[in-house]
Order: sequence, then C-alpha cells, then structure tokens
Amino acid sequence: MDQTVDTKHAWPDAIYAHFKRVNIRQVGYVPDAGHSRLIKRCIEDPEITDVVLTTEEEGVGLVAGAFLGGQRAALLMQSSGVGNCINMFSLIQNCGFPCLVLVTMRGEWEEFNPWQVPMGSITEECLRLAGFSTYRVDDPARVDEIVRIATDRAFNDNSAIAVILSQMLIGKKDWR
Amino acid sequence: MLDRRDVVKRLLIDRGDLLVVPGLGAPTYDVAAAGDHPLNFYLWGAMGGAAMIGLGLALARPGRRVAVITGDGEMLMGLGSLATIGVKQPANLSIVVLDNRHYGETGMQASHTDAGIDLIAIARACRFAGARAAHTGSDIDDTRRLLQSGKGPSFIQVHVKTDDVPRVLPIRDGHEIKRRFMAALAGS
Repeated sequence: MDQTVDTKHAWPDAIYAHFKRVNIRQVGYVPDAGHSRLIKRCIEDPEITDVVLTTEEEGVGLVAGAFLGGQRAALLMQSSGVGNCINMFSLIQNCGFPCLVLVTMRGEWEEFNPWQVPMGSITEECLRLAGFSTYRVDDPARVDEIVRIATDRAFNDNSAIAVILSQMLIGKKDWR
Repeated sequence: MLDRRDVVKRLLIDRGDLLVVPGLGAPTYDVAAAGDHPLNFYLWGAMGGAAMIGLGLALARPGRRVAVITGDGEMLMGLGSLATIGVKQPANLSIVVLDNRHYGETGMQASHTDAGIDLIAIARACRFAGARAAHTGSDIDDTRRLLQSGKGPSFIQVHVKTDDVPRVLPIRDGHEIKRRFMAALAGS
C-alpha cells in the first residue's frame, strides 16, 4: 500500500486553488501517493480534464498540445518521473511552451528505500539542466505563496517552472 | 505497396481546417512536401511524443479534427501513449502511421514492425476500435474520410514502400512553428 503518513495535511488544496485561479484545464499525472489528494481534486472537477499517463514523458507532449489548442495544463509527477522526461523536455525549450511541473520528492529526507536515492538526489539539477527554474517547498505554510509565484511565472512568461515538494513537506512513506 | 509522398498528399487534399502533427523525420518532410501550412505543427525532435501532442490538442479543441501523421519508429517509441489515448477516447483524433518497417533517417535499419510486431493489434487492445491497415489507393480515400469526419480515436497503419525520397525541409524554429500554428488556429 502506497500511502504517506500525513495525508491529512491540506497543502495540496492550495495547489488546486492556484490551478483554478490560472484556469488550468488539463492535468497529466502518473499515480503518486504524495499527489493523491490533488489528483482526487482534479478528477472530481468537471472543468479539468485529468489524463492518467503510462509514463511522465507523455505529459510533456500533452502540455504542448494543450497549449497549442489554447488550454493551460500542469503535470504532477514523482522525482523518479523527472528522469523519464529529459529528452521530451526539449520540446518545451525549443518552442517556448509554458510548463508547470509539480514534483513530489523521494530519496531525500528520511527515505526508507535506497533505490529512490540515485534519481532523487539529481532531480533538481536535472530539471535546471533541462531549462527549468525550480522552487523548493519544505514548509506546508509556504505552499500557497510559492505555487502562486510558480504558476504566474509559468503562464505569464511562457516559462518552464518546477515546484519541488520536498520529502520533509510530504512526510515519509509508511512501510508498516 | 504505396508511395509515402502520394499517400500524404492525398490525405491532405482539401484539408480544410484539419490540425496536423507530423512526427519527426520522414513524416515531417512528407507533410511539408504536400504543401506548407500554418496548421502543421512540424516536429524535428521529441521522438515518441507526436501522439500525445495530438491528444492534448484534441482535448483542448473538441470541435476540431486532429491528425497525427507519424512513422513506425516514432510510434514504437510512444506505444504507452496509445493506452493513454485509449482511456480518454477522443472522438476527433486520428493517428496515421506511415509504416515502411525501417528507420529511414538513420540508415534503414529494420524496425520492430519488420519482425511482425503488430501495431494494429496493439491499437485495438488500446481501445482504438476501428484500427485498420491501408494498402491501396481506395484505402487512402477511406482514411482521408476518417481524418475529416470519422468517430475516433482512429488508428490507420499505412503500408508504404521503403524507398528513400528526397528530403523536403520545413521551418525548424520551434517558437515560429508554435506561433504561426496558434495564430492560424485563432483566426480559423
């Protein structure tokens, strides 16, 4: 069972509120425990088309296509998913698409599974090398402010922006 | 076996306001050879991503027709996207695979379809209910009708000759390809 300890925390609702504020209409995701509350909010919203992906790189194409058609989109993924996207991110840089990615971190704070560490430890650097600005959030109280700035930058400037939702914020996976 | 340039030219005759996403390599050149158009979102990279760009576009514009025209190698790299599209069942999206069973851009090495890997069976399993092959000129006429008015998601594997045809190179500046596509879409 893939559940985080602190699902009772409401910080994903602040992200959802900014999705609504900037009129995000498509959300691509690979199912993820850290994003489970936000995914549920998106699925329940009739104005948002939720697209479940087999691999995160599909979401990069989705975001580009949505924008070409006049809709804003966001991607939700775990840190390991960033590695799956690297070549496809060239589409974002080559064409100047806005790209908002929310990354839940594994392999850092209090990680039980060492197999998550190699990708988790290079996630933020990979994103920067691929042309993203990254904003890290450790404190639930700062999610609202940081996601507001990230969404505005992505869509006002047609920028590639990743919000790094740290493992300190999400809480460690419960292995019991 | 069909000629890829003839096929694409016939598919795009009187295209109206069809939105076209050609996959990198030969399909981008084939679509350019059929006549440059601002509603072509030419890909020069992002291999494996053409079908998903088509999905994002089709979901954003349910009132418009979207055609992804790609090759067997590009489609094979994005097979998972067929499952993702199958979940959403976009009625306005068609995927045409120009299958020459080889990687033309890199020296004609055999692709998986040359060994009998069956793209139509994969597409059917991913809920492209009418997935079909095109072998003849009349199949291409049917395919053109599917792109214009068929109930999707549609998947058509077009069997084309392996002949190497001269490259026809459209614009490469991604910002400009995006800008003119969006301007044309806003104005049409």
